[in-house]
Amino acid sequence: MANSSAQLTALGDPTRRQIFELVAEKPRSVAEITREMTVSQSAVSQHLKVLRESRLVRAEPRGASNVYQIDPEGLGQMRAWLDRFWNRTLAAYKLAVEQPQQDKPQEEKG
Amino acid sequence: MNTHVPIAAVKQSVVVEAPIERAFKVFTEEFGSFKPPEHNLLAVPIAETVFERRVGGHIYDRGADGSECRWARVLAYEPPTRLLLSWDISPRWQIETDPARTSEWEVRFTAETPSRTRVEIEHRNLDRHGQGWEGERDGVAGDQGWPLYLKRFAGLFAKPY
Repeated sequence: MANSSAQLTALGDPTRRQIFELVAEKPRSVAEITREMTVSQSAVSQHLKVLRESRLVRAEPRGASNVYQIDPEGLGQMRAWLDRFWNRTLAAYKLAVEQPQQDKPQEEKG
Repeated sequence: MNTHVPIAAVKQSVVVEAPIERAFKVFTEEFGSFKPPEHNLLAVPIAETVFERRVGGHIYDRGADGSECRWARVLAYEPPTRLLLSWDISPRWQIETDPARTSEWEVRFTAETPSRTRVEIEHRNLDRHGQGWEGERDGVAGDQGWPLYLKRFAGLFAKPY
Protein backbone atom coordinates (compact mmCIF):
# COMPACT_ATOMS: atom_id res chain seq x y z
CA MET A 1 0.00 0.00 0.00
CA ALA A 2 1.22 3.45 -0.88
CA ASN A 3 2.47 5.56 1.98
CA SER A 4 0.65 8.91 1.91
CA SER A 5 3.31 10.61 3.96
CA ALA A 6 5.98 9.66 1.46
CA GLN A 7 3.79 10.83 -1.41
CA LEU A 8 3.31 14.18 0.24
CA THR A 9 7.04 14.61 0.66
CA ALA A 10 7.72 13.40 -2.85
CA LEU A 11 5.50 16.06 -4.40
CA GLY A 12 6.82 18.86 -2.18
CA ASP A 13 9.86 19.36 -4.38
CA PRO A 14 9.06 21.56 -7.43
CA THR A 15 11.40 19.67 -9.78
CA ARG A 16 9.99 16.33 -8.70
CA ARG A 17 6.49 17.64 -9.09
CA GLN A 18 7.32 18.72 -12.62
CA ILE A 19 8.66 15.25 -13.40
CA PHE A 20 5.53 13.69 -11.91
CA GLU A 21 3.36 15.85 -14.15
CA LEU A 22 5.38 14.90 -17.23
CA VAL A 23 4.92 11.23 -16.41
CA ALA A 24 1.23 11.82 -15.70
CA GLU A 25 0.85 13.31 -19.16
CA LYS A 26 2.16 10.14 -20.80
CA PRO A 27 4.63 7.35 -20.07
CA ARG A 28 8.19 8.54 -20.71
CA SER A 29 11.77 7.29 -20.45
CA VAL A 30 14.41 9.04 -18.34
CA ALA A 31 15.94 10.53 -21.51
CA GLU A 32 12.56 11.84 -22.64
CA ILE A 33 11.93 13.42 -19.26
CA THR A 34 15.40 14.97 -19.15
CA ARG A 35 14.81 16.67 -22.51
CA GLU A 36 11.91 18.60 -20.94
CA MET A 37 13.90 19.62 -17.86
CA THR A 38 16.76 21.96 -17.05
CA VAL A 39 18.44 19.49 -14.65
CA SER A 40 20.79 16.64 -15.51
CA GLN A 41 19.72 13.09 -16.31
CA SER A 42 21.25 11.77 -13.12
CA ALA A 43 19.23 14.31 -11.13
CA VAL A 44 16.09 13.19 -12.96
CA SER A 45 16.92 9.58 -12.12
CA GLN A 46 17.26 10.47 -8.44
CA HIS A 47 13.87 12.16 -8.44
CA LEU A 48 12.29 9.21 -10.23
CA LYS A 49 13.68 6.92 -7.57
CA VAL A 50 11.88 8.92 -4.87
CA LEU A 51 8.65 8.98 -6.89
CA ARG A 52 8.91 5.23 -7.41
CA GLU A 53 9.53 4.53 -3.74
CA SER A 54 6.49 6.60 -2.79
CA ARG A 55 4.34 4.63 -5.25
CA LEU A 56 3.44 7.63 -7.35
CA VAL A 57 5.08 6.30 -10.48
CA ARG A 58 6.30 2.91 -11.55
CA ALA A 59 8.92 1.76 -14.00
CA GLU A 60 8.51 -0.79 -16.74
CA PRO A 61 11.53 -2.10 -18.62
CA ARG A 62 11.57 -1.29 -22.32
CA GLY A 63 14.70 -2.41 -24.10
CA ALA A 64 17.77 -1.09 -22.34
CA SER A 65 15.91 1.55 -20.35
CA ASN A 66 12.81 1.99 -18.20
CA VAL A 67 9.60 3.71 -19.13
CA TYR A 68 7.92 5.56 -16.28
CA GLN A 69 4.18 5.84 -15.82
CA ILE A 70 1.71 6.78 -13.10
CA ASP A 71 1.20 3.97 -10.61
CA PRO A 72 -2.33 2.76 -11.43
CA GLU A 73 -2.91 1.57 -7.89
CA GLY A 74 -2.21 4.82 -6.08
CA LEU A 75 -4.40 7.81 -5.32
CA GLY A 76 -1.70 9.66 -7.22
CA GLN A 77 -3.61 8.87 -10.35
CA MET A 78 -6.72 10.69 -9.25
CA ARG A 79 -4.56 13.55 -8.10
CA ALA A 80 -2.81 13.74 -11.45
CA TRP A 81 -6.14 13.80 -13.23
CA LEU A 82 -7.42 16.62 -11.03
CA ASP A 83 -4.21 18.56 -11.47
CA ARG A 84 -4.72 18.50 -15.21
CA PHE A 85 -8.46 19.07 -14.98
CA TRP A 86 -8.01 22.30 -13.05
CA ASN A 87 -5.10 23.42 -15.18
CA ARG A 88 -7.21 22.99 -18.30
CA THR A 89 -10.28 24.57 -16.69
CA LEU A 90 -8.36 27.69 -15.63
CA ALA A 91 -6.73 28.05 -19.05
CA ALA A 92 -10.16 27.97 -20.71
CA TYR A 93 -11.53 30.29 -18.04
CA LYS A 94 -8.80 32.85 -18.73
CA LEU A 95 -9.80 32.89 -22.40
CA ALA A 96 -13.46 33.32 -21.48
CA VAL A 97 -12.92 36.12 -18.98
CA GLU A 98 -10.55 38.08 -21.23
CA GLN A 99 -12.84 38.02 -24.24
CA PRO A 100 -13.84 41.51 -25.33
CA GLN A 101 -17.02 42.31 -23.49
CA GLN A 102 -20.03 42.52 -25.76
CA ASP A 103 -23.61 41.38 -25.85
CA LYS A 104 -24.48 37.85 -26.78
CA PRO A 105 -24.09 37.13 -30.52
CA GLN A 106 -27.80 36.41 -31.01
CA GLU A 107 -28.59 39.98 -30.07
CA GLU A 108 -26.47 41.39 -32.88
CA LYS A 109 -28.96 40.40 -35.54
CA GLY A 110 -31.09 43.03 -37.17
CA MET B 1 -1.91 1.36 11.07
CA ASN B 2 0.44 4.21 10.34
CA THR B 3 -0.41 7.77 11.16
CA HIS B 4 -2.41 9.05 8.25
CA VAL B 5 -1.02 12.05 6.40
CA PRO B 6 -3.27 13.47 3.68
CA ILE B 7 -2.16 13.38 0.09
CA ALA B 8 -1.03 16.81 -1.12
CA ALA B 9 -3.77 19.18 -2.28
CA VAL B 10 -3.97 20.17 -5.93
CA LYS B 11 -3.23 23.88 -6.34
CA GLN B 12 -3.58 25.85 -9.54
CA SER B 13 -3.73 29.56 -10.19
CA VAL B 14 -4.11 31.97 -13.07
CA VAL B 15 -3.93 35.75 -13.46
CA VAL B 16 -6.59 37.25 -15.66
CA GLU B 17 -6.85 40.73 -17.16
CA ALA B 18 -10.23 41.58 -15.68
CA PRO B 19 -11.61 43.37 -12.61
CA ILE B 20 -12.39 41.09 -9.67
CA GLU B 21 -16.17 41.48 -10.05
CA ARG B 22 -16.06 40.36 -13.66
CA ALA B 23 -13.63 37.50 -12.84
CA PHE B 24 -16.06 36.17 -10.24
CA LYS B 25 -19.11 36.69 -12.45
CA VAL B 26 -17.64 34.84 -15.44
CA PHE B 27 -16.41 31.98 -13.26
CA THR B 28 -19.82 31.34 -11.73
CA GLU B 29 -22.23 32.36 -14.47
CA GLU B 30 -20.30 30.88 -17.39
CA PHE B 31 -18.73 27.86 -15.70
CA GLY B 32 -20.30 25.51 -18.23
CA SER B 33 -18.63 27.31 -21.13
CA PHE B 34 -15.08 26.57 -20.03
CA LYS B 35 -15.40 23.33 -18.04
CA PRO B 36 -13.64 20.62 -20.06
CA PRO B 37 -16.34 18.61 -21.89
CA GLU B 38 -14.63 15.35 -20.93
CA HIS B 39 -15.85 15.95 -17.39
CA ASN B 40 -19.13 14.09 -17.89
CA LEU B 41 -20.69 11.31 -15.82
CA LEU B 42 -23.80 11.17 -17.95
CA ALA B 43 -24.31 8.57 -20.65
CA VAL B 44 -25.10 11.29 -23.18
CA PRO B 45 -23.47 14.60 -24.21
CA ILE B 46 -24.02 17.57 -21.88
CA ALA B 47 -26.59 20.09 -23.06
CA GLU B 48 -25.79 22.57 -20.32
CA THR B 49 -23.96 22.92 -17.01
CA VAL B 50 -25.79 24.88 -14.33
CA PHE B 51 -24.04 26.62 -11.42
CA GLU B 52 -26.64 27.45 -8.76
CA ARG B 53 -25.20 30.60 -7.24
CA ARG B 54 -26.12 30.22 -3.58
CA VAL B 55 -25.04 28.19 -0.55
CA GLY B 56 -26.90 24.90 -0.67
CA GLY B 57 -27.07 24.98 -4.46
CA HIS B 58 -25.36 22.55 -6.82
CA ILE B 59 -23.38 22.44 -9.98
CA TYR B 60 -25.12 20.01 -12.25
CA ASP B 61 -24.85 18.83 -15.82
CA ARG B 62 -27.99 18.33 -17.84
CA GLY B 63 -27.74 15.80 -20.62
CA ALA B 64 -29.17 16.09 -24.11
CA ASP B 65 -31.89 13.60 -23.04
CA GLY B 66 -32.87 15.59 -19.93
CA SER B 67 -30.94 13.46 -17.44
CA GLU B 68 -29.09 15.31 -14.66
CA CYS B 69 -25.90 14.82 -12.72
CA ARG B 70 -25.32 16.85 -9.55
CA TRP B 71 -21.61 16.55 -8.89
CA ALA B 72 -20.81 19.52 -6.62
CA ARG B 73 -22.50 21.25 -3.68
CA VAL B 74 -22.00 24.97 -3.03
CA LEU B 75 -20.64 25.21 0.52
CA ALA B 76 -19.68 28.91 0.50
CA TYR B 77 -20.65 31.67 -1.91
CA GLU B 78 -18.92 34.98 -1.15
CA PRO B 79 -18.82 37.27 -4.19
CA PRO B 80 -16.44 38.50 -5.40
CA THR B 81 -13.69 36.85 -3.35
CA ARG B 82 -14.39 33.21 -2.51
CA LEU B 83 -16.19 29.99 -3.42
CA LEU B 84 -16.13 26.64 -1.67
CA LEU B 85 -17.59 23.56 -3.30
CA SER B 86 -17.65 19.84 -2.73
CA TRP B 87 -16.42 17.28 -5.26
CA ASP B 88 -18.94 14.46 -5.14
CA ILE B 89 -17.24 12.18 -7.62
CA SER B 90 -15.67 8.96 -6.38
CA PRO B 91 -12.48 7.34 -7.66
CA ARG B 92 -14.80 4.98 -9.52
CA TRP B 93 -16.04 7.98 -11.47
CA GLN B 94 -19.50 7.79 -9.93
CA ILE B 95 -21.52 10.20 -7.83
CA GLU B 96 -20.53 9.86 -4.17
CA THR B 97 -23.56 10.22 -1.92
CA ASP B 98 -21.67 10.10 1.40
CA PRO B 99 -20.40 13.65 2.14
CA ALA B 100 -17.72 12.18 4.42
CA ARG B 101 -16.16 10.62 1.35
CA THR B 102 -16.03 13.73 -0.79
CA SER B 103 -13.24 16.25 -1.27
CA GLU B 104 -13.62 20.01 -1.62
CA TRP B 105 -12.33 22.77 -3.86
CA GLU B 106 -11.93 26.39 -2.93
CA VAL B 107 -11.67 29.25 -5.41
CA ARG B 108 -10.15 32.52 -4.23
CA PHE B 109 -10.23 35.77 -6.20
CA THR B 110 -7.68 38.48 -5.35
CA ALA B 111 -7.49 41.88 -7.02
CA GLU B 112 -3.87 42.54 -8.04
CA THR B 113 -4.82 45.84 -9.67
CA PRO B 114 -8.24 47.35 -10.47
CA SER B 115 -8.12 45.54 -13.82
CA ARG B 116 -6.19 42.36 -12.95
CA THR B 117 -7.28 39.43 -10.78
CA ARG B 118 -5.50 36.36 -9.45
CA VAL B 119 -7.70 33.26 -9.31
CA GLU B 120 -6.49 30.37 -7.18
CA ILE B 121 -8.01 26.90 -6.90
CA GLU B 122 -7.16 24.50 -4.12
CA HIS B 123 -8.66 21.02 -4.33
CA ARG B 124 -8.06 19.38 -0.97
CA ASN B 125 -9.00 16.47 1.30
CA LEU B 126 -8.39 14.07 -1.55
CA ASP B 127 -7.60 11.36 0.96
CA ARG B 128 -11.28 11.25 1.91
CA HIS B 129 -11.92 9.56 -1.41
CA GLY B 130 -9.32 7.02 -0.41
CA GLN B 131 -11.44 5.38 2.25
CA GLY B 132 -12.32 1.99 0.89
CA TRP B 133 -9.86 2.54 -1.93
CA GLU B 134 -8.43 -0.96 -1.50
CA GLY B 135 -11.82 -2.52 -2.17
CA GLU B 136 -12.45 -0.28 -5.14
CA ARG B 137 -9.14 -0.96 -6.72
CA ASP B 138 -10.36 -3.62 -9.12
CA GLY B 139 -13.00 -1.32 -10.54
CA VAL B 140 -10.58 1.54 -10.90
CA ALA B 141 -7.68 -0.34 -12.38
CA GLY B 142 -9.77 -1.65 -15.26
CA ASP B 143 -10.59 0.19 -18.44
CA GLN B 144 -13.01 2.50 -16.65
CA GLY B 145 -12.46 5.31 -14.20
CA TRP B 146 -9.31 7.33 -13.87
CA PRO B 147 -7.17 5.36 -16.32
CA LEU B 148 -9.73 6.01 -19.04
CA TYR B 149 -9.91 9.69 -18.25
CA LEU B 150 -6.18 10.01 -17.88
CA LYS B 151 -5.90 8.55 -21.34
CA ARG B 152 -8.39 11.03 -22.75
CA PHE B 153 -6.59 13.86 -21.07
CA ALA B 154 -3.24 12.68 -22.35
CA GLY B 155 -4.72 13.04 -25.83
CA LEU B 156 -5.95 16.53 -25.10
CA PHE B 157 -2.61 17.64 -23.79
CA ALA B 158 -0.57 16.16 -26.58
CA LYS B 159 1.40 18.96 -28.12
CA PRO B 160 0.26 19.92 -31.63
CA TYR B 161 3.75 19.44 -33.08
